[in-house]
Amino acid sequence: MASAPALFGVVVFTFLLMRVLPGDPAVFFASGPNAGEAEIQAIRVQMGLDKPIPEQLVRYLWDIGHGRLGRSMGTGQPVTVDLANRLPASLELTFTALLLALCCALPLGIGAALAPNSLLDHGVRLLCTLGVCVPTFVSGLLFIYAFYYLAGVAPDPTGRIDIFASQPPTLTGFLLVDAALAGDWEAWHSAASQLVLPACTMALFVLAPLARMTRASMLAVLTSDFVRTGDALGLSRRRVVLVYALRNALLPVITIMGIVFSTMLGANVLVEKVFSWPGVASYALDALLASDYAPVQGFVLLMALIFVAVNLLVDLLYGLADPRVSVA
Amino acid sequence: MNATLRHAAWVLRGNPVTLAAGLGVLALALVALLGPSLVAYDPIASNVPQALQPPSAAHWFGTDQLGRDVFSRVVVATRLDLAIAASAVTLSFAVGAVGGAFCGYAGGRLDRWVGRFVDVLMAFPLFVLAMALVAALGNRVENIIYATAIINLPFYVRFARAEVNVRRNQGWVEAARCAGNSHASVVLRFLLPNVLPAMAVQVSLNLGWAILNAAGLSFLGLGVRPPTPEWGILVAEGARFITTGKWWLVVCPGGALMFAVLCFNLLGDGLRDILDPRLRT
Repeated sequence: MASAPALFGVVVFTFLLMRVLPGDPAVFFASGPNAGEAEIQAIRVQMGLDKPIPEQLVRYLWDIGHGRLGRSMGTGQPVTVDLANRLPASLELTFTALLLALCCALPLGIGAALAPNSLLDHGVRLLCTLGVCVPTFVSGLLFIYAFYYLAGVAPDPTGRIDIFASQPPTLTGFLLVDAALAGDWEAWHSAASQLVLPACTMALFVLAPLARMTRASMLAVLTSDFVRTGDALGLSRRRVVLVYALRNALLPVITIMGIVFSTMLGANVLVEKVFSWPGVASYALDALLASDYAPVQGFVLLMALIFVAVNLLVDLLYGLADPRVSVA
Repeated sequence: MNATLRHAAWVLRGNPVTLAAGLGVLALALVALLGPSLVAYDPIASNVPQALQPPSAAHWFGTDQLGRDVFSRVVVATRLDLAIAASAVTLSFAVGAVGGAFCGYAGGRLDRWVGRFVDVLMAFPLFVLAMALVAALGNRVENIIYATAIINLPFYVRFARAEVNVRRNQGWVEAARCAGNSHASVVLRFLLPNVLPAMAVQVSLNLGWAILNAAGLSFLGLGVRPPTPEWGILVAEGARFITTGKWWLVVCPGGALMFAVLCFNLLGDGLRDILDPRLRT
C-alpha cells in the first residue's frame, strides 16, 4: 500500500502542472483569435480558473472524490464517460501484449539458461539487445509495411474492428470477449486480426526485459543446492526445471512485471497512435495537443490508479509464488 | 590512470562488440558535429517534381512527399537528436548525482523519504509523465529536454544514493572529515569523484533511453516541429505513406534511431565490463 500516497502525490502534481504552468485554456477555447477580453473572462469563470489556486485544488480533489473528472472540451462528454468507453480498448491491447510477451519470454529465458552459450542463448541475447533498441513506433510501422502492404495478410491498420463487421453487443468492452459471448465468430475473427499487429509490436518491446530477467534468475536458481538434490534423487530433468527451479526463479520476474506493465502503459500512447487504436492514450494525446486540461488530468489519474492496482496485484502474486512472503 | 587504460585496452581486445559500439558512437558524434556540411541537398528545401522517389544513386534514402532528400534530413537530424539527449542526460546527471549523493550522505529520515519517493516515481509510467510535462511547459524543444531530464532523474538519484550510502562510513571518508573538511566538501570532493566511474555506465545506457524518449515525444507531435529534421518527426511524416508502400520514409530515420540507441546501449554494457571490479584482477 506504499503506493497510495504516491497516488495522492500524482493527483496534486498533475493538477499543479496543468494549472500553474503557462498555456491559458480560456484563451484557447474562446471562439477565435478575435475573442474579446470579456468573452475570455467569461470562459475563465465558467471553468473556475478565476479562483485562487488552493481553492481550485480543493475543488478538484472534491470532484475526484465524487467521480467527477470534468468535461472534455473536445468531445463535449464528461471525462469519466469517455475514459470508461475507451479503457477496455487499451486494456485489451495491453493484456494481450503482456500475455504474448510472457508466452515467448519464459520459454526463451528458460531455454537460454539451460544451455548457456549455446546458439539459443546467443539468439536470446541478440533479441534482448535489439528489442530494447527498436522504438515501438518504428517496429509497428514496419509490421504494417510487412504484413499489410507486402504480404497483404493483415487488415487495414485503423481501429479495433473492421468497419463492415457488425459490432458485438457491449458487455465487457473487450471486443474478443464480447464477440465470443455473443457467439459472433466473424466479429471475433475481425477483432482478433486487428489486434494481432499492435499486440505483437508491444510484446516485442517488453520481451527483452522479461526474457533477460527469466534467464538471469533461472541461471542463479539452477546452480542452487535444491536443484542438485532433485537431480541426485533421480527426478526427471523436466520436473526439476519446471516445478522446482521455475517456481523459485519466478519471483524476480514477477517483480519486474510490475515495471514492465507501467512501461507498457507509456508505450500504449505510441502504439495507439500508430494503429489508430481508440484507447485512452490516444484520447489523452488528442486532448493534450489541444491543451484540453480535464482529459489529460483524468488520464494521468487513471494511469496512477492502474499503477497502484498493478503494484497491489504484484504483491499478491508474490505471496502466491512464495508462501514465505506474507501479504500484510 | 595508465593501469585503467591498459585494462580498458585488454577488455576491448576480448570484446570487439564494445569497440564497434564505441566507434559507432564516435561516428555519430562526428556526423552530429559536421552535419550540414556532409550532405549534398538542403534538408528543408522542397523539390516537388522529385516527390516520393525510392532510394537511388542521387538520393540514397529516397525523397519524401515534398521531394526533400531523406538522407540529408536524417544526417542533419543527428545533431538535434544527440543534442537533446545529451543535454537532458547532463542535466539530470548533474542534479541527480549531487542531490542523490547529499541524500545518501545525510541519511536519516530525509534519505528514506527521498528513496521511497524515487522508487515510486520509477515505477510510474514515465513516458506519460514526460508527455504531460511537455504539454504543460509548452510545445518547445527545450521543454523536451527538461521533460526527458526529469524522467531520467530518479535513476541517478537512486544510484548516487546507494553508492554513497555504502561508502559514507568508510575509513577514508572518516579521515576526510577529521581533516577538517566540511560536509559539503566531503561529498563534492571525495565521495562524488569516487562514485563517478560507476555512474558513467549509467550515463551511456541512459543516453540511448533519452534518445528513444525524445524521438517518441516528437513522433507524437510534441516538442520539435516540422519542417525541422528530427528522427521522430521524420518517422511520423513517413508513417502516413507506409500503407502505400513508401518504406524508406520510415526505415531510414527509424534505422538511424535504432543504430544510435544500439551503439549507446552496447557501449554502456561494455563500460560496465571495464569498470566491473570483479574483472580487474
